[in-house]
Amino acid sequence: MRHGVAAFTAAMVIAGAGLIAAAAQAPAYRAPRTADGTPDLNGIWQALNTANWNIEAHPAGPSLVRELGAIAAVPGGLGVVAGGELPYRPEALAKRNENLANRLTLDPEIKCYLPGVPRATYMPHPFQIIQSRQHIMLVHEFAGAVRTVYMENHTEAPADSWMGWSNGHWEGDTLVVDTTGFNDQTWFDRAGNFHSEALHVVERFTPRSPDTLTYDVTIEDPNVFTRPWTMSMPLYRRVEPNAQLMEFRCVEFVEDLIYGHLRKQPSP
Amino acid sequence: MRRRLAVNLTVLVTFGIAATPDAGQAPPDTAAPSYTAPRTPDGQPDLQGFWTNATYTPLERASGVTGPFYTEEEAAARETGAAARETELTVPGTVADVHYDFTQFGLDRSQSAYVRNLRTSLIVDPPDGRIPRVTAEGERRLAARAEAQRQLGGRWDSAEANQLDDRCIIMRGAGPPLMDAAYNSNYHIVQTPDHVMILTEMIHDARIIPLVDRPLGRVPPPDPRLRQWMGISRGRWEGETLVVETTNFNGKNPFQGSTENLRVVERFRRVSDDVLDYAFTVEDETMWARPWSAEAPMTKTVGPLFEHACHEGNYGLYNTLVGARLEERRAAEAAAK
Repeated sequence: MRHGVAAFTAAMVIAGAGLIAAAAQAPAYRAPRTADGTPDLNGIWQALNTANWNIEAHPAGPSLVRELGAIAAVPGGLGVVAGGELPYRPEALAKRNENLANRLTLDPEIKCYLPGVPRATYMPHPFQIIQSRQHIMLVHEFAGAVRTVYMENHTEAPADSWMGWSNGHWEGDTLVVDTTGFNDQTWFDRAGNFHSEALHVVERFTPRSPDTLTYDVTIEDPNVFTRPWTMSMPLYRRVEPNAQLMEFRCVEFVEDLIYGHLRKQPSP
Repeated sequence: MRRRLAVNLTVLVTFGIAATPDAGQAPPDTAAPSYTAPRTPDGQPDLQGFWTNATYTPLERASGVTGPFYTEEEAAARETGAAARETELTVPGTVADVHYDFTQFGLDRSQSAYVRNLRTSLIVDPPDGRIPRVTAEGERRLAARAEAQRQLGGRWDSAEANQLDDRCIIMRGAGPPLMDAAYNSNYHIVQTPDHVMILTEMIHDARIIPLVDRPLGRVPPPDPRLRQWMGISRGRWEGETLVVETTNFNGKNPFQGSTENLRVVERFRRVSDDVLDYAFTVEDETMWARPWSAEAPMTKTVGPLFEHACHEGNYGLYNTLVGARLEERRAAEAAAK
């Protein structure tokens, strides 16, 4: 009997593996093509997860601002990091924890700073892909952040920047974007996960159905992490017929926070 | 030497033949009818690339100038003089010198591509080249705005008392309408079958214009309750010309005094490989007695555009406020002694 259960279990494992193999070999979804024959990723896209709160798994938690009650409470999330835990160097983990403890004053999102990469992609705001042969523009609603992905004439980053310098190419239906030239000012999320200026991001945007993309990201930063690590999530098309990016010109919303203490007549 | 090099790099855009400044003369034909713009893969006129509308031509015709066009000699003399004045802004010890070194590449317009234009004003209608009369309601609005600014106090009293560009909220080049931004007046246009994106270098403002008659169906007009700094734009092709109509402004970024009722119609047409004709008509019944129109052509410039992280690097605003508070404290301490 015990032998029977083991055999049955083994058979299930094999069958399961077979299913996974079959899924991997199944003909992949083929994206529609633009007029020049490249996969067509044009559209307004958005992540539907809690990665911007914390890319690692996290339970629900209270708001940092008492007055906002449940409005700004943190929804729980399963995490988007492969393997679950970020491979921090010990001293970097200490800095992350310090960031986390002081996130109300340190998170660059609070100051309406350009959100960096890959955080811009999974903020709770849509972004639009505007695609031409030479340039693929990633235009984000948050702070009006813009990335230009150079599909031709790849060059090194001319200078450090908030959104990095992105060179792209196609691998089948997948848009692969290789980005370097970052400063060390942006975070991965509101939980203080961070990087240095050595950050190297490789993103893979793969169409998986007419209205979804798979977004796979490989992060390298030897100053902060002991090894490269990856995250993955679906991105969803905003299918509303009147979908459009709205202005989110948040500088105006944070002026009093940043400069209010320097007024001639201090804010109440 | 630097200046000579700059002039050699300048892209000269002239409108037809040289015209004398005679008010009665018809403007030269601006379109080159023989030119057909290259096509995007889906068959639209291709406006893509890096463009600039930097120019020494003023929006309004200067007093004392009567005709719509300068001669070649007059235009060249004006540009040389204007370029020299920009360089003079870098006199050691002056505020302008402390603020910016205009001889740095790009700040002095004549050092990179700029649009040369024989017009004496960008405004082509009314024929006098001047913004039309402000209505009584417009005068009231302008007075209310001035009073609101006065209430904010001086420039060093708070961040909000500063101009929008010093606050890194928006710069005038972003429009619409698109206007010379004094420096970095650069744009990147990217097209898809149903959208046109115009990225303004200054403060990385990307305006995404949906084409109303796109394959997915007509784009409905925007809800009048939606109000934005740059309004909401809708585009359409009229033959070779991209026509963009923008409404739904929030009125907080006035164009030459405009209100939330501003309506802008822009027309983009590529007339050569290197020149994009750009014309706009603005109307705002609250502010002006009649609509008015201008022509501010663009010329090809060298890309790419670099990230303009204005707010993130706005040490100037922070430091001037810190300095003002410090001076007040010192003055108070001196008075207390």
